[in-house]
Amino acid sequence: MALIKTILVPLKRVVDANVRVRVKPDGSGMALEGVKMSINPFDEIALEEALRIRERGEAEEIVVASIGGQVCTQQLRGGLAMGADRAILVETGQDLEPLTVARTLLALVQREESQLVIMGKQAIDGDNNQTGQMLAALWGRPQATFASHLRFKGSAATAMREVDAGLEVIEVDLPAVVTTDLRLNEPRYTKLPDILKAKKKPLETVTLSDLDVEPETQFRVLGIEPPAQRPRGVRVSSVEELVQALREKELI
Amino acid sequence: MARVLIVAEHDGRTLNASTAKCVSCARTFETSAIDIAVLAGDGAAVAAQAAALAGVTGVIQVDHPANESALAAVAAPQISELAGGYTHVFGPSTTFGKDLMPRVAALLGVGQLSDIMSAEGAWRFRRPFYAGNAILTVEAPQDRPVVATVRTASYQAAEPMGDAPISERAVDAELPSHTRFVEIRSDSGGGRPDLQTASRVVSGGRGVGSKENFAIIYRLADALGAAVGASRAAVDSGFVGNDMQVGQTGKIIAPQLYIAVGISGAIQHLTGIKDAGVIVAINTDAEAPLFEVADIGLVADLFTAVPELTEALGS
Ligand SMILES: Cc1cc2nc3c(=O)[nH]c(=O)nc-3n(C[C@H](O)[C@H](O)[C@H](O)COP(=O)(O)OP(=O)(O)OC[C@H]3O[C@@H](n4cnc5c(N)ncnc54)[C@H](O)[C@@H]3O)c2cc1C
Ligand SMILES: Cc1cc2nc3c(=O)[nH]c(=O)nc-3n(C[C@H](O)[C@H](O)[C@H](O)COP(=O)(O)OP(=O)(O)OC[C@H]3O[C@@H](n4cnc5c(N)ncnc54)[C@H](O)[C@@H]3O)c2cc1C
Repeated sequence: MALIKTILVPLKRVVDANVRVRVKPDGSGMALEGVKMSINPFDEIALEEALRIRERGEAEEIVVASIGGQVCTQQLRGGLAMGADRAILVETGQDLEPLTVARTLLALVQREESQLVIMGKQAIDGDNNQTGQMLAALWGRPQATFASHLRFKGSAATAMREVDAGLEVIEVDLPAVVTTDLRLNEPRYTKLPDILKAKKKPLETVTLSDLDVEPETQFRVLGIEPPAQRPRGVRVSSVEELVQALREKELI
Repeated sequence: MARVLIVAEHDGRTLNASTAKCVSCARTFETSAIDIAVLAGDGAAVAAQAAALAGVTGVIQVDHPANESALAAVAAPQISELAGGYTHVFGPSTTFGKDLMPRVAALLGVGQLSDIMSAEGAWRFRRPFYAGNAILTVEAPQDRPVVATVRTASYQAAEPMGDAPISERAVDAELPSHTRFVEIRSDSGGGRPDLQTASRVVSGGRGVGSKENFAIIYRLADALGAAVGASRAAVDSGFVGNDMQVGQTGKIIAPQLYIAVGISGAIQHLTGIKDAGVIVAINTDAEAPLFEVADIGLVADLFTAVPELTEALGS
């Protein structure tokens, strides 16, 4: 029997990383109509890692889950096409704060009896970088955040973490939560036959109340604004002029 | 009135400047206490540095063998125990604080606010999201502690001119053994200034071409007394270590001078340098997006321009 029965991989639907999003002129939110949506890039890395763990025979099954509207089934189908075994949509129309997302993921972990959750270190829209750590705390289990390398031995995992000072190695007992950094792996491309096959894989829809999760909103949004613009700079045509310009600004 | 507890970041000997920046954030609103918690194996030296920061009212030193290395799973139950009696618990938005603070918040059963860039009073904060493409103003409820990380690039470090009392505390919280520190590897730096606090930074991108070619960047940095940074592409290509990545998912920095060499200026990179004083771009492509934010732009081949600049600075 494999070491890990079920790996849970949350997939967040976010604006594609190549889209330059802007604040709506009236400041009521972001202008997101018609923009390309994708799986959060860090979650794609998380799924790739889970697939490799299963391919090494260390896990039996991979479940992907997304919390949001019906539209998130696009990203879940994408995850199934990459190779996940089944998918769960937790359907809600609300924008949830990370603590509620973490409570929801905990309910899924318990329902699926998962021993490992691999997820993005941050969503590139909310940029909060919180959910994995909160899930680990609520679960009372270890967290290996910002992982760039992950291996298993017995019932423990060794993770290399990208930290400000360099690379940190820690060991965590399973069950555990791992959050991914960019250099953990390079996600595979999905092939057309896999996309067709994914249509037949199970995708279940549940609600927050099915999971006994009460959404809680703590922070009240007072406004959204575009960032301050930097004043337009100058072009210089030689290194000599560059040195001159730096001198004028008293930087050298 | 607000009572703020700040979690000290340190390496066992030296207090990280990020802590002094959290103090500066707390000093922008009315408080009746700004205390610093130092968790360490032996925290005496770090506690003394924390006590010296202007505006600090007290330092709580928690010595425990389990605190020898900073593990979020071990620190979080201690911080959540210390949090009683405080209205705010702050940590820096460094990898240390990002790892720890959400865990503290969840143990306290509250949400967490990431990357405070300014405070309008004690309960209203501004933070960037969408890679810095938008700024959110949010209000936190007053009936529970505000657990938050402070965007270090938005604040100057508090000066060491105070003399706060230090008290030793033992914490009762049960500490888990499920998470174990093995080692830390740092390969870059080479005696150069720290990227996160340096007043001058020279960064190289994919345009630099190779690990060997990065010597050009190091030489310019040394002529300026600058720290060295890099784009994600340069790190992914193995030119330099991960700790040198600047950007949305790397380090957010605010040097007085930032020189970007062979970096195109993707939004994820720009979000890391928005607060730099003067941005200089050197790139062969006149259309590179970095020129849109650069204060001084030079369209040139880096392999001739950078050595020339290094030489000009040396003379
Ligand atoms: C006051 C306020 C206003 C907001 N306004 C907007 C807005 O206008 N537009 C907007 O898009 N967002 C908005 N958000 C943010 C949105 O609610 C966040 O996406 C949410 O808080 C989760 O934070 P995050 O995704 O940044 O979490 P992170 O902690 O950065 O996410 C880390 C990981 O958690 C997992 N995860 C997180 N959410 C989900 C999910 N729904 N499904 C599956 N996995 C998930 C993923 O694996 C992800 O990689 C707002 C948030 C707040 C608090
Ligand atoms: C989720 C996510 C997170 C990311 N996080 C980050 C992050 O934190 N930091 C980050 O930097 N990126 C990040 N990125 C990547 C980012 O989108 C860009 O891909 C990256 O910044 C590009 O690096 P670059 O500018 O070095 O390379 P390129 O875009 O390839 O640019 C190289 C530049 O070098 C110039 N050049 C080439 N030869 C010469 C020469 N001889 N002389 C002068 N100029 C020359 C070229 O004209 C070009 O402009 C992230 C991406 C994603 C999707």
